[in-house]
Amino acid sequence: MNSEAQAIKGVGTAATRMYGLMAIVALGWVLLGGLIFTPEDAVQGDAVRIMYVHVPTAWVAYLAFIVTGVASACWMIGKKHSLGFDRVAGASAEVGVVFMGMTLLSGSLWGRITWGTFWVWDPRLTTTAFMFVTYIGYLAVRGLGGTAQQRARRSSVIALLAVLEIPLVHFSVVMWRSLHQRATVLSPDGDIKMDGLMLFTLLFGVFGFSVLFAWLVSHRQRIMAMQDAQQTSALDVAVTERLKEAQA
Amino acid sequence: MSMSVSRIARAVAAKDLRIELRSRVVSNQVLPFSGLVMIMFAFALDNDDVLQRVAGGLVWLATLFSLFILVQRTFAVETYDGALDSLRVAGVNPQGIFVGKSVALFVQLLVLESVLFLAAIVLYRVNVDGSGIVLLVTCVLCATAGLAFVGTLYGGLTAGARGRETLLPLLLLPVVAPVLICATRATESALRSGGVTVGEGWPWVGVLAVFAAVFGLGGLLSFGSLIEE
Repeated sequence: MNSEAQAIKGVGTAATRMYGLMAIVALGWVLLGGLIFTPEDAVQGDAVRIMYVHVPTAWVAYLAFIVTGVASACWMIGKKHSLGFDRVAGASAEVGVVFMGMTLLSGSLWGRITWGTFWVWDPRLTTTAFMFVTYIGYLAVRGLGGTAQQRARRSSVIALLAVLEIPLVHFSVVMWRSLHQRATVLSPDGDIKMDGLMLFTLLFGVFGFSVLFAWLVSHRQRIMAMQDAQQTSALDVAVTERLKEAQA
Repeated sequence: MSMSVSRIARAVAAKDLRIELRSRVVSNQVLPFSGLVMIMFAFALDNDDVLQRVAGGLVWLATLFSLFILVQRTFAVETYDGALDSLRVAGVNPQGIFVGKSVALFVQLLVLESVLFLAAIVLYRVNVDGSGIVLLVTCVLCATAGLAFVGTLYGGLTAGARGRETLLPLLLLPVVAPVLICATRATESALRSGGVTVGEGWPWVGVLAVFAAVFGLGGLLSFGSLIEE
């Protein structure tokens, strides 16, 4: 058996168990805080509770795609072209696509309640939808087959092209139209207009979902490492068997 | 002796265009297809005023639909007999291949767009005048350069993975969205659709030029690793 496969006995470690627990605690709080403890919004009523999921998932999706871009660049720049970077890039993109899907879903439901429509052609929404499709394409490229190094080479180029593409999409959509309400928490003038407990729950949600992201990515990239090792060792096993056949 | 990038590019572009002149796939299949698309738009929208208003967008949509076919064609001729592999094994500079194939695609797209704009004038009753035509030609040149670069880049990637042609539209459509937005707005200015002036079109052409430059450079840097297997 391949040494890399032997080194990995399971996909959990002391560290992942620790932040898995942190994610459970934090998300448990968000569940209680978001649904029970926090007050209704003066204008939006109960609909505001969607925010405790919508904003953190959006944050995690953007974080995930940044991690994908950085890890792809690391793979490309690094002299050893370490597959670890490629797996982190891929795992992060998978998690990012799921979270961006959740963001789009929760956002359109929220929009239906507060704006009266599932979708508006606003730059932020439109760019987000394009990012979603772009990374679905990225994952399709990862699934094209071939060796792990081929996969890494192809997908790193696609990931870095996405980094070029997304600002261009965003810029042209902004030129096309702009009507989204300003972000409430990260408003440039810095004054936060939100109830203390609501803000705490929201920030705790961002924290909890970020830890969940780290937990998912570290597990996923280990599973990928095992799959890569299995692919390599399967070849070794086949070669050994053929050699035995030839000797027999 | 290794050839310079520009000599390789000229050889590859001339080869691609010669294949087209002899096979007539673009002129006998892609051009009629895009003409049909223009007629189908008229069936779907069913209103002369609406058609005149959205003519610019329809021309660029028809161009994008045809782009997928053209890109698949331009790499199909490379992969049938493993021609791309042979070029690579022969140590031909991939930057030269990228530029050459982009130039050939650019020329074919220009022919296609000319026909589509003629169709818009005839079928959708649009008018272009003096200052509009300068904007229109600049817009077409910049947009087409961008489309040719991204088309070659992503076409090279999907050609490397044989038989995965269905992936091309999924990868290419989000990337060319800025071209559709900007080229449509600039074209509407040139045609003065919906009361916009010619002057309003020029900033859009600026974005198109940036797009072409970014992906031209991106293609030069990354095409080699995309077609390498």
